[in-house]
Amino acid sequence: MPAKPQQKRMRAKSNLSFRGWRRDNGRVGVRNHVIVLPLDDLSNAACEAVANNIKGTLALPHAYGRLQFGADLDLHFRTLIGTGSNPNVAAAVVIGIEDGWTKRVVDGIAKSGKPVVGFGIEGHGDIATIAMASHKAKEFLQWASELEREECAIDELWVSTKCGESDTTTGLASCPTVGNMYDKLIPKGIYGCFGETSEITGAEHIARNRAANAKIGDKWMKTFQAYQAEVIEAHKVDDLSESQPTKGNIAGGLSTIEEKALGNLEKIGRKCRYIDVLEPAQTPAAGPGLYYMDTSSAAAECVTLMAAGGYVVHTFPTGQGNIIGNPIVPVIKISGNPKTVRTMPEHIDLDVSGILRRELTLDTAGDALIDMIVRTANGRLTAAEALGHREFVMTKLYRSA
Amino acid sequence: MVTKHRPKSSHKGKSVPAPHFLVHSPKDNVGVIVVENLSAGTEMLGVVTESDKTIKLEAKESIPIGHKVALKPLKKGDTVIKYGEDIGKMIADVGTGKHVHVQNLKTKRW
Repeated sequence: MPAKPQQKRMRAKSNLSFRGWRRDNGRVGVRNHVIVLPLDDLSNAACEAVANNIKGTLALPHAYGRLQFGADLDLHFRTLIGTGSNPNVAAAVVIGIEDGWTKRVVDGIAKSGKPVVGFGIEGHGDIATIAMASHKAKEFLQWASELEREECAIDELWVSTKCGESDTTTGLASCPTVGNMYDKLIPKGIYGCFGETSEITGAEHIARNRAANAKIGDKWMKTFQAYQAEVIEAHKVDDLSESQPTKGNIAGGLSTIEEKALGNLEKIGRKCRYIDVLEPAQTPAAGPGLYYMDTSSAAAECVTLMAAGGYVVHTFPTGQGNIIGNPIVPVIKISGNPKTVRTMPEHIDLDVSGILRRELTLDTAGDALIDMIVRTANGRLTAAEALGHREFVMTKLYRSA
Repeated sequence: MVTKHRPKSSHKGKSVPAPHFLVHSPKDNVGVIVVENLSAGTEMLGVVTESDKTIKLEAKESIPIGHKVALKPLKKGDTVIKYGEDIGKMIADVGTGKHVHVQNLKTKRW
């Protein structure tokens, strides 16, 4: 059964807190993973073998890392280093085909102060590498298993958002529930993040005006226009019907990208304003507040980039029932579609369909989401975690050399 | 399973029946069906969420949950307004109470 929103009002929200793991760099995580991270596609097999040997470690296989160059290579490294540096990760073992680029990832993660070690396969082969890496992974895992959670104020929580398989109920119920949460928690000092650049088409005048000032609004508009020019206009063969909106969006009643974009933007609420525009996987550096990150609207790509930026909990409104998860960040599913809540309840953490029946106000739904975020931060496994959804997807900007 | 019973619900202390469709803004010319198995001929109750104003409208065809209904006659070339904003243009005429979707509404972008 999906959790029902609680009708009672939250007590003294200014005293909201959660129990998390404080890392050496001061950031707080809500999970305590020891990851086995491949530099490249070739190293997936060794990483998965290590994770199989050492129970409780987590391999993060992905498809890329060879012959990339320029901005695409920078993004690859930023995503891997950001993932390893995320405070939901206690320690990391990195495996690559050769030592040089492996060391770049290890050195990047080491700046966060956590235990990290790298292994290159060339000169050793898979079997010896797996043995060496397994010894280290076991040591890290047993060390991490003794780390304890501590009480942390809500302003130490970084919460990102992105919606998926949207329909018209996301714009009416689940997205404005996230917006209500941000309107309440951003003033309390959390870091927030939204993105999905292509999916603001038709609502860009609203997005631009939600910047903290005109300079940041102009920076956002440049990012939006670059995506339109370099991605959409450069490659489109039609009006993107069935891609944006997707077939699922259309089945759910969304007819145009403009309609989808307006529903999407309901996630940033009525009051909060974004204070900076981030590159994909970039870590925010302008202090607490809401950030925009330049991402695609594909769920796994977007959540992976936000996790690499340092966000530790993700809120995910869905209409038709997107089932995505992430290996290191709990993804909380919120749905206002009564049919989805009935037909695939195992995927939904928070049912806000009462908004459509006018039984539930946005204010109460927002409080219920805050409660679910705190419970999740404290350790409640999300539906996606329980079901084993670990979609880790690198964003690739162009073909490799 | 079809539920015929329409439970009374309370919103802001008032007891009002659950609506068949919701409208974001008073400027909108479409609403969103929020009940399953809506059939043609149903006398629908709608609520404008921004103003809490109620609207009565007859469904002229069966419209799936989440899909849009025309609140007034829309002509080919008309701009469809939802959230008080432009969401695209009509490519065919449609009457009040009829289904508005990809068969008669297209993006103005891309």
